[in-house]
Amino acid sequence: MAELIAKSALAGHAPLTLAATTLAEAPMTQITAILPFPGGAKAVAAALRPFGLTFPDPNRQSVNGAMRLVWTGREQAFLVGPAAPEMAPGLAATLDGAAAVTDQSDGWAVLTLSGPLARETLARLVPLDLRDTAFAVGAVARSGLNHMQMILTRSDTATYEVMVFRSMARTAWHELAEALQTQAARLDAMS
Amino acid sequence: MRLTCPLCGPRDRREFYYYGSDDYLNRPAEGDGPQAWDAYLHLRDNPAGITHDLWYHDMGCSSWLRVTRNTVTHEIHAVDAVAAPAKGGAK
Repeated sequence: MAELIAKSALAGHAPLTLAATTLAEAPMTQITAILPFPGGAKAVAAALRPFGLTFPDPNRQSVNGAMRLVWTGREQAFLVGPAAPEMAPGLAATLDGAAAVTDQSDGWAVLTLSGPLARETLARLVPLDLRDTAFAVGAVARSGLNHMQMILTRSDTATYEVMVFRSMARTAWHELAEALQTQAARLDAMS
Repeated sequence: MRLTCPLCGPRDRREFYYYGSDDYLNRPAEGDGPQAWDAYLHLRDNPAGITHDLWYHDMGCSSWLRVTRNTVTHEIHAVDAVAAPAKGGAK
């Protein structure tokens, strides 16, 4: 069988840094969707416990080291992280009958936006209150990036992770880059 | 306009899709006559006051929502999930 090379949606795309704020593609990780069946919450919780994870509440994520379980919709969460490939097959077996488990790794593009202008840049495109009081570090939202479906995570004080459908990767990059350019130009004009 | 999704919290109108009256939730039973189907598909009230709509949170959590609002004052009185939470299910 041919040896296939896994490539991210924006492979080879250089990061963009303006006014100390960087837009970049995140390193590729395994993404596994976990959708508990009705009545499956207990079994799912038991299966996740050995991995130090819990099924997250809406707008939240459960984190254990590099592994994250991110709430991505009604009765749906994504297991994200480098440790997931080894973990997911075992998990799929224990979750059999309690949840639907599917590999979503090649369906998504993951971008990171970090730096002092990250929030202002996102605010141009995202219809959410991104202030600390409403969107603290660790918060997750399934929302829109302009017209695109998006999963937004605040990874750190000035770092955000944007997940969009893989087919939208270049559009998302274009939108975010343009918004960042506008914000940087504005800062430049004021100084 | 903002709707408070029972799962996601207060969100902008852009995240939602409007599907019309919640009459669509009351599907006629099998064997009901043409009049019942005609009413289900075509007959709608046009109230000045409280109305019940069906909305879909398509840019968010994918929940179907029943929105109670006032067409005169534009107040949103309630936003409820159409599906009852599954017993022992996740959120």
